[in-house]
Amino acid sequence: MSAPSQVPESAEDADTADVAAAATQGRSDADNRSLKQIAWQRLRRDKVAMISGVVVVLLILAAIFAPLLAKWFGHPPTQFHQDLIEPSRRLPYIDPANPDAGVDRWGGISGDHLLGVEPTTGRDLFSRILYGAQISLLVAFLATLVCVALGTILGIIAGYVGGWVDTLISRAMDIFLAFPLMLFAIALVGVIPDGVLGLTGNGLRIGVIVFIIGFFNWPYIARIVRGQTLALREREFVEAAKSLGAGNRHILLKEILPNLITPVIVYATLLIPTNILFEAALSFLGVGINPPTPSWGKMLSEAVPFFREAPYFIIFPGMAIFITVLAFNLFGDGLRDAFDPKTSD
Amino acid sequence: MLNYILRRLGAGLLLLVVVTAVTFWIFYVLPRWAGVTPQGMAAMYVGKAPTPEAIQATVDRLGLDQPIAVQFVEFLRTLIFGQEFTFGRQTVECAAPCLGYSFSTNSPVLPQILDRLPVTLSLGLGAAVIWVIGGVGVGVLSAVKKGSVFDRLAMGAALAGVSLPIYFTGLLALAFLVHQWGLFPVSRYVPFTEDPVAWYQVMLLPWITLAFLHAAQYARQTRAGMLETLNEDYIRTARAKGLSERKVIFKHALRPTLTPILTILGLDIGMVLGGAILTEKVFSLNGVGAYAIDSIVSKDLPVILGVTLLGAVFIVVCNLIVDLLYPVVDPRVRITA
Repeated sequence: MSAPSQVPESAEDADTADVAAAATQGRSDADNRSLKQIAWQRLRRDKVAMISGVVVVLLILAAIFAPLLAKWFGHPPTQFHQDLIEPSRRLPYIDPANPDAGVDRWGGISGDHLLGVEPTTGRDLFSRILYGAQISLLVAFLATLVCVALGTILGIIAGYVGGWVDTLISRAMDIFLAFPLMLFAIALVGVIPDGVLGLTGNGLRIGVIVFIIGFFNWPYIARIVRGQTLALREREFVEAAKSLGAGNRHILLKEILPNLITPVIVYATLLIPTNILFEAALSFLGVGINPPTPSWGKMLSEAVPFFREAPYFIIFPGMAIFITVLAFNLFGDGLRDAFDPKTSD
Repeated sequence: MLNYILRRLGAGLLLLVVVTAVTFWIFYVLPRWAGVTPQGMAAMYVGKAPTPEAIQATVDRLGLDQPIAVQFVEFLRTLIFGQEFTFGRQTVECAAPCLGYSFSTNSPVLPQILDRLPVTLSLGLGAAVIWVIGGVGVGVLSAVKKGSVFDRLAMGAALAGVSLPIYFTGLLALAFLVHQWGLFPVSRYVPFTEDPVAWYQVMLLPWITLAFLHAAQYARQTRAGMLETLNEDYIRTARAKGLSERKVIFKHALRPTLTPILTILGLDIGMVLGGAILTEKVFSLNGVGAYAIDSIVSKDLPVILGVTLLGAVFIVVCNLIVDLLYPVVDPRVRITA
């Protein structure tokens, strides 16, 4: 496996020169569409990015259609199957019809339960993993959305207004990145009572996680946006708009903002895996998503009492987290390289 | 130079004040906005199943029904000068810097945190040594042998490393390396001062597991930085004047790469207090982070406040140390400062 950022465009490739020339041209007259076409061409040639992109899409589809998939291939995620569980060791039987055959350290996989069943409760692991994807992606996307909203607004203000406003926002960025995020998240869960803003249970937990990530991680987006805005502010087309009498509002919304969309999408893609890991970590620690709603982190911590006898139960939720995070990381890397003018040669 | 140091110290102090204010805001203001009454907040401070009298006493003692500004001043005063808590005839002193007072254990929070600090520091600093040496070493080698099998394998592993959470790799390591194959001993934490060898044996696996995740980031960063500097003119000059390749790489190319590495290291070590929670939980180490998480269960909020505050201070101090080290690593800072 190789990181896409380290894969050089091959020199023999016939249209490399054309792409490079087009990239330069695309940059010089700021034709956004042609730059996008070039990026798409590059992305299509980047096998790792394409495969990870497909995985990302499949994961999102799996999360959306989790209820359907669980209905066709599995069981409801909270339905107990205790007839499959040996009561004293709380692990699934090798063969439920023949209890004397003993327990299955490897999960009780069968045609009926594709990934086996959970210890103790016998809940279907396949559908729990599917529903876990739902929670994981939901939290990560919402949190990233908050980061993008806050980061874009503050970054564009800092970059465009400049002066003391820029200094203030830039300092704030340093400060927010220096906070012990996980401790704050734990603290918030301890401090915020149930039923705030009409949110209870997992709705509240999701709200708290989204709030804490959005509130403290916006500087990652804001830094990029600020830098880009600083550069864009000096460009000819902005000057042209100014000389034609365009107001700040027009320049910000119509001239600068459209040029920020691409970098923001790229870095938002790279922020999603971080947020997935954060939610899973909180759920693992017991301050994230509450049971019985399935979440990958909680599934891992529920497997801990059994990992000596049956290490199997940590592998599926763990691999689910790993594959999802890796796919987003690889896809984000590929996206960044495809849009980066520096990697054109 | 003195100017630079003073400016950094000033910035560190400012950061400390802001961090303290935000921590106060999270613990004292936010719950009120969320609609919690002073009595409700007191209930969070006195532990499980409190009596109404105990709650009212806590409201009075902490001044939870006072205006926010008054509470903030009181919070700072306690922090800086300490405070005495009276329970009937008994008086307990929470010496400065008083990070808080745990009503469920009837003792100041700070000494209990300090008790567990060696575990967390052992974990974080030991792992840091491994991940810096390992990560930078692999990064340099990858950059020098760019495109080789080693480079591809190392960068593949590094990419996996940044995508693998410790609560997965740690559990896998425990399940297989410890319990299935018996490569590492099953044992409890032993302080370094008691038995250095046992301490090392217990900590080795947590170190390696934690270091693997961080080393990935360092390897990627080092490799990227090295590739950039290896193309610089002064590297060609160094080679042209006949310096050995070893000298070119380690003395000329690596040095500018270390500046961003130092920045990340400062952040990572600063985060150890809060960030090691997961590692401590996975390996059942009784450190500061595990203490904070356990306090959620026992509803001992002052402990969490104390750990959060100390964790933030830790980050500020580490950032300050890094800032003060910059001129040593990067001579350019010395000139412009």
